[in-house]
Amino acid sequence: MIHVNTKVNGDDAEFLCDTRETLLDVLRERLNLTGVKEGCGTGDCGACSVTMDGRLVCSCLVLAAEAEGKEIGTVEGIANGEDLHPLQQKFIEYAALQCGICTPGILVATKALLEKNPDPTETEVRYWLAGNLCRCTGYDKIIRAVIDTAADMREAS
Amino acid sequence: MSLDDVKTSNFKFVGTSPDRPDGVDKVTGRARFGADAQAPGMLYAAIVRSPHAHARILGIDSSKAEALKGVKAIVTRADFAEGLEGENWNILENVMAGDTALYDGHAVAAVAATSALIARDAVKLIEVDYEVLPHVTDVDEAMAPGAPIIRAGTADASVPEGMHPNVVRYHESGHGDVEAGFKEADLIVEDHFKTEATHQGYIEPHACLAQLGGDGKGELWCCTQGHWNVQKICAALLGLETSQLRVTASEIGGGFGGKTTVFIEPVALALSRKTSRPVKLVMSRSEVFRATGPTSSASMDIRIGMKKDGTITAAQGTFRLQGGAFPGAPMEFTAMCAFACYDLKHVQQIGYDVLANRPKQAAYRAPGSPMAAFAVESVIDELCNQLGLDPIDTRLKNAACEGTKASYGPRYPRIGLVETLEAAKAHPHYSAPLKPGQGRGISCGFWFNFGGETSVTLALSEDGTVQIAVGTPDIGGSRASMALMAAEELGIPYENIRCTIADTASLGYNEVSHGSRVTYASGLATIQAARDAKRKLCARAAAKWGIPEDAVKWEDGCALPAGPNAGKFPPMPIHEITAEMGATGGPISGHYEATPEGAGVSFATHIVDAEVDAETGKTSVSRYTVVQDAGKAIHPAYVEGQYQGGAAQGIGWALNEEYIYGADGRLQNSGFLDYRIPVASDLPMIDTVIVEVPNPGHPFGVRGVGETSICPPLAAIANAVSAAAGVRLRELPMSPPRILAALDAQADG
Repeated sequence: MIHVNTKVNGDDAEFLCDTRETLLDVLRERLNLTGVKEGCGTGDCGACSVTMDGRLVCSCLVLAAEAEGKEIGTVEGIANGEDLHPLQQKFIEYAALQCGICTPGILVATKALLEKNPDPTETEVRYWLAGNLCRCTGYDKIIRAVIDTAADMREAS
Repeated sequence: MSLDDVKTSNFKFVGTSPDRPDGVDKVTGRARFGADAQAPGMLYAAIVRSPHAHARILGIDSSKAEALKGVKAIVTRADFAEGLEGENWNILENVMAGDTALYDGHAVAAVAATSALIARDAVKLIEVDYEVLPHVTDVDEAMAPGAPIIRAGTADASVPEGMHPNVVRYHESGHGDVEAGFKEADLIVEDHFKTEATHQGYIEPHACLAQLGGDGKGELWCCTQGHWNVQKICAALLGLETSQLRVTASEIGGGFGGKTTVFIEPVALALSRKTSRPVKLVMSRSEVFRATGPTSSASMDIRIGMKKDGTITAAQGTFRLQGGAFPGAPMEFTAMCAFACYDLKHVQQIGYDVLANRPKQAAYRAPGSPMAAFAVESVIDELCNQLGLDPIDTRLKNAACEGTKASYGPRYPRIGLVETLEAAKAHPHYSAPLKPGQGRGISCGFWFNFGGETSVTLALSEDGTVQIAVGTPDIGGSRASMALMAAEELGIPYENIRCTIADTASLGYNEVSHGSRVTYASGLATIQAARDAKRKLCARAAAKWGIPEDAVKWEDGCALPAGPNAGKFPPMPIHEITAEMGATGGPISGHYEATPEGAGVSFATHIVDAEVDAETGKTSVSRYTVVQDAGKAIHPAYVEGQYQGGAAQGIGWALNEEYIYGADGRLQNSGFLDYRIPVASDLPMIDTVIVEVPNPGHPFGVRGVGETSICPPLAAIANAVSAAAGVRLRELPMSPPRILAALDAQADG
């Protein structure tokens, strides 16, 4: 077992893990952050998307031990207490989720996109999200929600 | 119910798209899906699966696994009920192999251990002695003389003599005299089509948490489209009394039909019974592909005759579907849906259910219908091309309407196919100029829609707010639709209503969330339960006012005198009645239990523009429009979502998705990298038109909308490819290698 010290959504977190356990395994099973989803375990679906020191990663492709000294961001850290992030609000308003299993990963990924690029084109949003599979929506309402949130956030800033 | 009883206008809540009640849970990560449950003392399970397509199991040696520290139990077929018959036996055989592994990925044994890592390690230590048998995975090969016999004696009495034993069921339907009809035709087109198996591709793998004691009492948490069905099957497979197993449906991360049966739940229960501890079992993605229920693959022959003016004179189809190593491929649905869009004098359809060494098929969005539409609508397109006819006008000329004798038997009540075709014709997409290299295709599609056993309870709280308990798991926002229908009926705000998916111990039986039945059947039951509650509310007001019950009516959330003769009393709002209901006769709830049978059939017309890259063979969809009849859209945004999602799945089926088996009978693409579903950069925006032709079988005119949307895309895209590149693809998917081969053949020919 390896002892790991890390920070998750701004809070200190420490855990013991097997060398084979992924960051996804530990977030879900040891830290009870079950908002992070496993859809494939092979980095193809993006449901387990988190940020590690600000960089978007599939947590199923990161070993838990690699989190040592890093800052992890998950869907649970996107809202500010009761106040939803504009993306979260817009996803509800635009019916941009049906079953909702891909939603946490897509929110983490799009938040990372808007931090890098506050004014993405439709094509840029589509290619940025190409690693996040959604089987319910056909992506239409997701793409619209992201583009309109970006516009709202630009106006507000 | 006649159309006179259907409310079609003056809606206050129905037809709006408020925020869904589970929205915040789902954007914050709080929503609890199948794999998100834990229990004290929980063990983790993993399953040993056959690496062979067909093999006799000679022995299972689990001694090394048992010796591994942390391993608590191993189960095999011996740990399940014996003497089952019919579909229960088939399901058990699929859940855990008996003496023969019937497909690559078939479960052979399972282990429970103190961690997921130990369980997975233990799986590798279980030694299974196999005698490999000859296998067959292709539907046509499985029917051919000399094909390996998968399960002798499975065929039922419907199968004509002389067929291969792998043909287990036969279907024939239609009317008229097709040969006479073909004689009237100016042109007959006859073609052969094949479609590969596809997977529903829900992003959430199957997951459950089971607890079962030696006293036969159990608790099961799982992601499912129907927990009463899970309860019933698990009880049978484990020899339990049905009511002693309480099943709770978690939030469900997609199903599309694939979560209407059981795969891992009985295994987790058996391991729990053996260890007296809760057991969690979660499938990997590879297990989902190898060992849950993909669609059937199909081999089809279509023959259609047409006059020069576009009138179809006769239509005939033969549909061979393999559904894995078990009976049940939905070939009747394929046959019955094939020509359902058209008013035909002479029509005949034949279906074969064929066994092959593949996993047991499960439902996938309008099961059986998309492949039929692919074949039939491709032939109609070819006829239109050769006769120089407009594809929409030709379909309008032959379209089924109210009174038409459907190709599958009944006469249609009011239906909306013509309206979808007219809306498609009027849509700017249909007349928009195409860019060089682009082709436009259109196709119609049909699905029956189901009703099914349904129970709903609507309970009033003392403050006048309302809780609705429904039993149909919410896959795409149905809780919002139920709350809207109850708000409409009760005349109280949408926000004052909370709809919950009740567990099996809290409500009467409910059939699975399938067949596009939820908004129709649970919706109808919700409306009827609200009417039941309103009658009781009116009775309380009548008693208070000292007037007869029938002298009180309900309007805008209040009881009020029905007319001037009833007396003069101020309206009594719901919260005033519920505040004192304990003293005026006790709690007030509305109930409804029934099997509604008025689900209205549903039609769609899709328009697609596509272009083909002649160098790579890649097809791109540049514009897509869905036109579909919803009867009445309760929550239009989620109706649009169903249209768009079905179209996207259809695009994947048309262009990329397929089960690829190697010569060894093993699945070669059991992951999302190689089984490629559409990603955001593959698709355009998907335009939608909601047509509303009220269903006389629902109080608000609702038709199911979930499934029809996947029926037209396969043919619409094939027709667009044909228009764009001049090649007719008769085999799905139209992946780049197949497109290149077709382009090469065209260049050579």
